[in-house]
Amino acid sequence: MIPVEIDTQAPPLATTVEPLLRISDLEVSFATANGLVQAVRGVSLTVYPGQTVAIVGESGSGKSTTAHAVIGLLPGTGKVTGGTIEFGGVDITQADAKDMVALRGKEIGLVPQDPMSNLNPVWKVGFQVKEALRANGVATGSAATARANELLAEAGLRDAARRAKQYPHQFSGGMLQRALIAIGLAARPQLLIADEPTSALDVTVQRTVLDHLQGLTRELGTAVLFITHDLGLAAERADHLVVMYRGKVVESGPAREILADPSHPYTRRLVASAPSLASRRIQSAKERGVRSSELLTHAGDDGPSRRDDIISVEHLTRVFRLPGGRPGATRELTAVDDVTFAIPRGTTTALVGESGSGKSTVAKIVLNLLEPTSGRVLIDGTDVSTLDRRRLFDFRRRVQPIFQNPYGSLDPMYSIYRTIEEPLRIHGVGDKRTREARVRELLDLVALPASTMRRFPNELSGGQRQRIAIARALALEPEMIVCDEAVSALDVLVQAQVLTLLNDLQTELGLTYLFITHDLAVVRQIADEVCVMQDGRIVEAATTDEVFDHPREEYTRELLDAIPGARLAMTPDRGDPEPTDAAVL
Amino acid sequence: MPDAPVRPDQAHFFAADTELGLVDQVDETSAPTSLWADAWQNLRRRPLFWVSAALIALVLLVAAFPSMFTSLDPRFCELRNSLGEPTAGHPFGFDRQGCDIYARTIYGARASVATGVLTTLLVLIVGGIVGGVAGFYGGWFDSLLSRVTDIFFAIPLVLAAIVVMQMFKESRNILTVVLVLGIFGWPQLARVTRGAVVAVRHSEFVTAARALGASRLATLIRHVAPNASGPVIVTSTVALGTYIVAEATLSFLGIGLPPQITSWGADIAKAQTSLRSEPMVLFYPSAALALTVLSFIMMGDAVRDALDPKARTR
Repeated sequence: MIPVEIDTQAPPLATTVEPLLRISDLEVSFATANGLVQAVRGVSLTVYPGQTVAIVGESGSGKSTTAHAVIGLLPGTGKVTGGTIEFGGVDITQADAKDMVALRGKEIGLVPQDPMSNLNPVWKVGFQVKEALRANGVATGSAATARANELLAEAGLRDAARRAKQYPHQFSGGMLQRALIAIGLAARPQLLIADEPTSALDVTVQRTVLDHLQGLTRELGTAVLFITHDLGLAAERADHLVVMYRGKVVESGPAREILADPSHPYTRRLVASAPSLASRRIQSAKERGVRSSELLTHAGDDGPSRRDDIISVEHLTRVFRLPGGRPGATRELTAVDDVTFAIPRGTTTALVGESGSGKSTVAKIVLNLLEPTSGRVLIDGTDVSTLDRRRLFDFRRRVQPIFQNPYGSLDPMYSIYRTIEEPLRIHGVGDKRTREARVRELLDLVALPASTMRRFPNELSGGQRQRIAIARALALEPEMIVCDEAVSALDVLVQAQVLTLLNDLQTELGLTYLFITHDLAVVRQIADEVCVMQDGRIVEAATTDEVFDHPREEYTRELLDAIPGARLAMTPDRGDPEPTDAAVL
Repeated sequence: MPDAPVRPDQAHFFAADTELGLVDQVDETSAPTSLWADAWQNLRRRPLFWVSAALIALVLLVAAFPSMFTSLDPRFCELRNSLGEPTAGHPFGFDRQGCDIYARTIYGARASVATGVLTTLLVLIVGGIVGGVAGFYGGWFDSLLSRVTDIFFAIPLVLAAIVVMQMFKESRNILTVVLVLGIFGWPQLARVTRGAVVAVRHSEFVTAARALGASRLATLIRHVAPNASGPVIVTSTVALGTYIVAEATLSFLGIGLPPQITSWGADIAKAQTSLRSEPMVLFYPSAALALTVLSFIMMGDAVRDALDPKARTR
C-alpha cells in the first residue's frame, strides 16, 4: 500500500486557504446478516473552495459510499464507524438530523447518477426546481417560479420557461441531467457532489453537459466532488484525482501527474485499460490491430478481390408506426434508412452511433428478431427472410447475440449451468453428460471456475455475468456474434477484460463480430471496420484507422471528440497539441 | 479443450480474498441441478416450510378422517346443552343448538378445506392460463381477454352465485360451490398473472432465449412463467381463505352447501347470533379457519422464496 500524504496537496489559490471539506480516516460499515462489512476503510481527502476533485474507482470501490457519507445519505444499514468529515471546519459526522437537513442543498448540492429515475415523474420539472428553492428557503411564490426558470436556463436548457412546465418524460436524458444540475445548484451550495452524473448518457451529450457544468461551477466558484469510474473523464474534468480501490484510497494527486506517472499498481492498470486513453495510445491498440488484420489477410488468402462476406446487409429499411396525436392516427418513424454493409468472415465490424441512431434495430434485424420493412440480410448469400422454420433454427445456431445489459439478459431464476446449457438443450446437442462437459469447457473458455455452474446471476458481478452471456453465445459454436453494446454497462477494467477475451476468442475460434456501440473508444480496441450511423443512415464507413485518423464526416469528428480524455492528448510528451477546433463543433 | 490461462489482470477475480473466491472454496461440488430440484433443496432447509407443511398435513388428515379425532357425531345435538360450558369429553363446549363444538370443528374441516383448495386450484388453472397467455401474446387476444375479465369483475359474486346456484337447486354439493366460486374468482388471478407476465415479457433474457432458437411457447413456460410465479402464488394462497369464507356466505344465504353438510363457514355464520353472550362459539371454527389459511399462506411464502434465487439464504 502506498501511503497517501494528504497534506502535500496544495490548495489551488493560496496556502492560507482553509479546506472546504476535509475527510480524515473515514470508515463506513454496513450491517449485514454476516456481521459488519466495511465499505470504506480509512479514506482521507481534502477539497478546497472552488476546486474540482474526482474520486475514481470501479463499482464497489466505496467511491459513492464516501460521497453519500459526506451528504449524510448512507443507504440502508450504512453507518460512519470512524474518522471525521469536516465541512467548513465543523465535523458533520456528529451533526444531528436537523443540522444535516440544513446543510444538504444549501451548502452541499448533489447531482445524482441516473437522471431517468431521479426526478418524480408526476410533477413538472419547474415545480421540482422550485421545491429545491423552497426547501432551502431561497425563494417562494412567484419569485421561486422566476428563479426556477433562470436556473434551468443557466443549466443550459433552451426555452426554459416553456420547458419548466413539462413533465420529466418529455425530456431527453441530457435535458433531465441539466434539470438535476439546476436543482443541485439551486441554493448556490459551496460544494457540489456529482455522482457519475453522465454515465447514463451518450458520449456527445455527456460532453456538452459536463462542459456546461464545468463552466457553471467555475463561474460560481463552487467546489465539485466528482465521482466516476472513467479515469479519462476524471483526468479531463478534475484538478485533483483520488483513486479508490476496495474502500481505500490507493493514490491521490494532481490529475496529470497520476496519468503520466501512476505509482500504485491498481492505478497503473486503470491507466492502461481506460479505453478513452488507450484510444489515443495508438501503439498498444495497434498491436491488437495487427493481430486481427493478420487474420484478415489469412482469411482472404486466395486474393483480396474475393472477399468472403459472412453476412451482408442490403438496403435495409425499417419503419415503425407510432400512435399519433389523434386516436387511430399513426405517424411513421424510419429507424433504419437504406443501410448497406457487409462483414468479411473472421473480422469485426463496428456499428457506431448515438442512442436513437437505429443501430440496435439493425442488430435485431440481423439476428432475425425483427422483420425489415424492406431490404434484406444475406448469410453466405442466402436471404434470411426466406428461411423456413427448420433452416431458421439452424440460422440461430450460426448467429448468436450478446446483449448490452448483463443484468437483464440472464434469467435470474436459471442457475449458470442451466443458462449455458439452454442453447444446447434447445438444439438437442448431446446428452446430459456431454452437455455438462461442454458447459465446463465453455466456462473455462471465458476464464470462470467450474464451480460457477451452481450459482445464480444475482451472485455474480457485471463482468462475470457478461462472461456467462459470452459462454452461452459460444455454446453452439456460432460463426458470428452480434454484440449489442456488450461492454457499455461495465466498468472500464472489466470492459478491458471482456474486450480482451472477445479478441482472444476471435483469434482462437475464427469468430466474426458485429459490434454495436456508442463508444468510439471501444471501437478502436476491437474493430477492423467501422460504420457510423446517424438518424438511421450510415454516414461513414471505412476501416478503423481511417475513421480515427481521417474522419470525413463532421458527425464522426464530433463523436471522436466526445471521447472522454480525447483532449488529454495534449500532454507534452505526446508531441503536438491538438488544435482546439473541438470547441467550435 | 482449448486452454484459457488466467491472465494476470483477471487474477483478482479468483483470489481467495474475493467473495467469489471464498464461495468457490467451500462450494466445490458442481453437480448441477434443475430449477425445481434447487428449489426443493432450499425448501427443505426452511423452518417455515416444515411448520406450514405439518399444519397442512394435520388439516388434511382431519378433513380426510374426522372420525380419528372425535367419536362424537357433529349432528347429534341436545338443546339442554345449549351454549354449555366445556366439560369432560367436550373440550370446546356447546353451541346454541347444543351441538358439540369440537366435533363440529373437526367435521367442518372436510367441506371447508375441500372448497378452499379445489376452488384455488380451479382459479389457478383457469386464471393462470388465461392471464399468462393474454399477457405474453398481447395484441387483440389480450384486449379481448382483458374485457372478458372486466365483465366478470363487474358482476357481484353473491348476486351471481344466487342466480347460478338456482340451477343446481336439487344437487347442491361441494363441487357445485367450487364451480360457482371458480367461475367468479378467476378474473382476479388472471389479472395478477397478466401483470406479472407483462412485467417479465420484455426482459432481455426472453429476447435472448428467442435468439437461441427457443419457440415462443417454450420461452413462456421456461422463462416467463417461473419469473412471474411469485405474485401468483401469494395471491392464490391469500385467496384460499376468502373462498372458504365465501362458501360460508353462500351457505348462510341458503344457496351454498345443504345444511346437513358441516362446514366452518356455516358454523361461523350461525355463531353470530350468540356472539355477545358466548364469543367462544365463534372462536373455535374461526381459529380453525385462520390456522388453515395461515398455513397455506406460509407455505406459499416459503415456496416463492425457495423459487427465487435472490431470496434464497445460503
